[in-house]
Amino acid sequence: MSQIQDMKKEYSKMVEELSPKSNLLRDSARAFWVGGLICAIGQLITNIIKSFGYNHDEASMLTTIILVFLGIILTGLDIYDSLGKYAGAGTVVPITGFANSIVSPAIEYKKEGYVFGVGAKMFTIAGPVLVYGTIASVAVGIVHYFFK
Amino acid sequence: MEYIKAFIVGGAICVIGQILIDKTKLMSGRILVLFVVLGAVLHGIGLYEPLVNFAGAGATVPLPGFGYSLAKGAMEEVDKMGLKGAFTGGIKSTAAGITAAIVFAYLAALIFNPKAKD
Amino acid sequence: MAKYLGRQTIKFDLPPSIVSTASTVGPKEGKGPLSSYFDVVLHDPLWGEDSWEKAESKIVKKTIERVIQKGNLTPEDIDYIFAGDLLNQLTASTFGIRGLSIPFFGLFGACSTMAEAISLGAMAIDGGFANYIVAEASSHFCSSEKQFRFPLELGTQRPLTASWTVTGSGAVVLGKYGPSPYVSYVTSGKIVDLGVKDPMNMGAAMAPAAADTIIAHFEDTGFTPNDYDLIITGDLGSIGKELTLQLLRKNNYDIENIYTDCGIEIFDPVSQDTHAGGSGCGCCAVTLAGYLYKEMKNNKWNRILFVPTGALMSPGSIQQGESIPGIAHAVVIENNWS
Repeated sequence: MSQIQDMKKEYSKMVEELSPKSNLLRDSARAFWVGGLICAIGQLITNIIKSFGYNHDEASMLTTIILVFLGIILTGLDIYDSLGKYAGAGTVVPITGFANSIVSPAIEYKKEGYVFGVGAKMFTIAGPVLVYGTIASVAVGIVHYFFK
Repeated sequence: MEYIKAFIVGGAICVIGQILIDKTKLMSGRILVLFVVLGAVLHGIGLYEPLVNFAGAGATVPLPGFGYSLAKGAMEEVDKMGLKGAFTGGIKSTAAGITAAIVFAYLAALIFNPKAKD
Repeated sequence: MAKYLGRQTIKFDLPPSIVSTASTVGPKEGKGPLSSYFDVVLHDPLWGEDSWEKAESKIVKKTIERVIQKGNLTPEDIDYIFAGDLLNQLTASTFGIRGLSIPFFGLFGACSTMAEAISLGAMAIDGGFANYIVAEASSHFCSSEKQFRFPLELGTQRPLTASWTVTGSGAVVLGKYGPSPYVSYVTSGKIVDLGVKDPMNMGAAMAPAAADTIIAHFEDTGFTPNDYDLIITGDLGSIGKELTLQLLRKNNYDIENIYTDCGIEIFDPVSQDTHAGGSGCGCCAVTLAGYLYKEMKNNKWNRILFVPTGALMSPGSIQQGESIPGIAHAVVIENNWS
């Protein structure tokens, strides 16, 4: 038994040595500038909306809607996946990436029908984000109630 | 100046995500979950709001900003209407983003088809 | 009738002939280094169908029809089809051949399916149960991504260890009598699992199985690497190939000079951005039906060991934290046998 464990350990070392490593510096640089740019665009949109006389909360809400829309359009036009390949977390982490993770399974599973395909598969990737985000917000709210 | 702040802070949050992807082999879905929860918790202990004040969209556009909005909504509702606010505030404050995502994604699914990569 | 050689290997009394081969590949494979060896290169990965799954089934159907026709046979001449693919419940294969009215055995060996099909088909022929069989395997990049990985439009980065599923189908007709090359020996693989859990590094998961089967083949038959012009594993890619070489060296077999891998041959990793290499049931099937068969006909090689490997996991088993079991089946194909 321990012989097998030793073999597995030794093999996993071999695999580790031979598997090429991602280029962290390059990947991070790409994630930084693309992710930063998306945020700066978000800031620009917010400022433009504010210049029309909307208050801060309204402006950030509308910004979210617009960014979600942009993420979805770029996904539909077959552009966001190429962006993601280049920028990695730079396109995954912004809210546009959240939109991409909702629309991409929706498009992919269209052939399985509009209810069990589009409807059911839409949240296969983003669902956990809503589940854990919602639970975290409730927990924070309850803690806030008792300790404010 | 505020654009530079948004750029740098937003970019830095993405870099943290990239390091997690490259170093831990976590799938991006897990990283998104981590970021949302992190944003909510950081706001709960009062640390995310200063970042939002400093960096604006640089802190609200990345996924931790989504967690921040959820937690902020829940806390504000708790202040207004007591404990039950914990159950309504989060989704209420993020309803626009979630609804937009569902509606636009549905429309996109009607219009677009998946394309092969090459 | 001494057919058994050791634990895992059999020798055929009358080695079945590879009567004909056919291959169909997608556009990306058509731009790869083996392009000129394939019968049909598609320009549209949907091939006019409205889903990836239907496209894959059409590829299966057309390739099987073509291989039968190229052997100057009719579907009535074929006693069995042995075929498989990667989709749930083998729908790509079954839907593809449902109109053909030929008895069918559906096989799942992941990327090792082609060798599994040839092994069983050759046994059926040498056992006297068939005169002609078709062995076929297929995969489709888009249907595989959808089932095993992510939606196509999701913006993700593929790690450098990941492989690229080949779109295509390769088929052979084996016959009791016929021209060279012949299938002379089969070494059937055991499941080998050295604990690799990363589905984005399948070459590493399968390499121990490849090494295990190759060693078993040498031990059972008494052959050495010198008895072969080429040893070609299936779909290990660049990382799995190196691992296999190292594992074999530890057992005192050096095959480096005659060794390559279908996943490495089919794409150019630099210009085609495929990372570790090609994979999927279709990868070694089209490599055999196109490149290997045609070059054996040209006598570039006269005796090869064809060793497709499979990673036998499912998305569910990965989520449950299981490691990835690997398997490899070896088939000896040679122009002259005695």
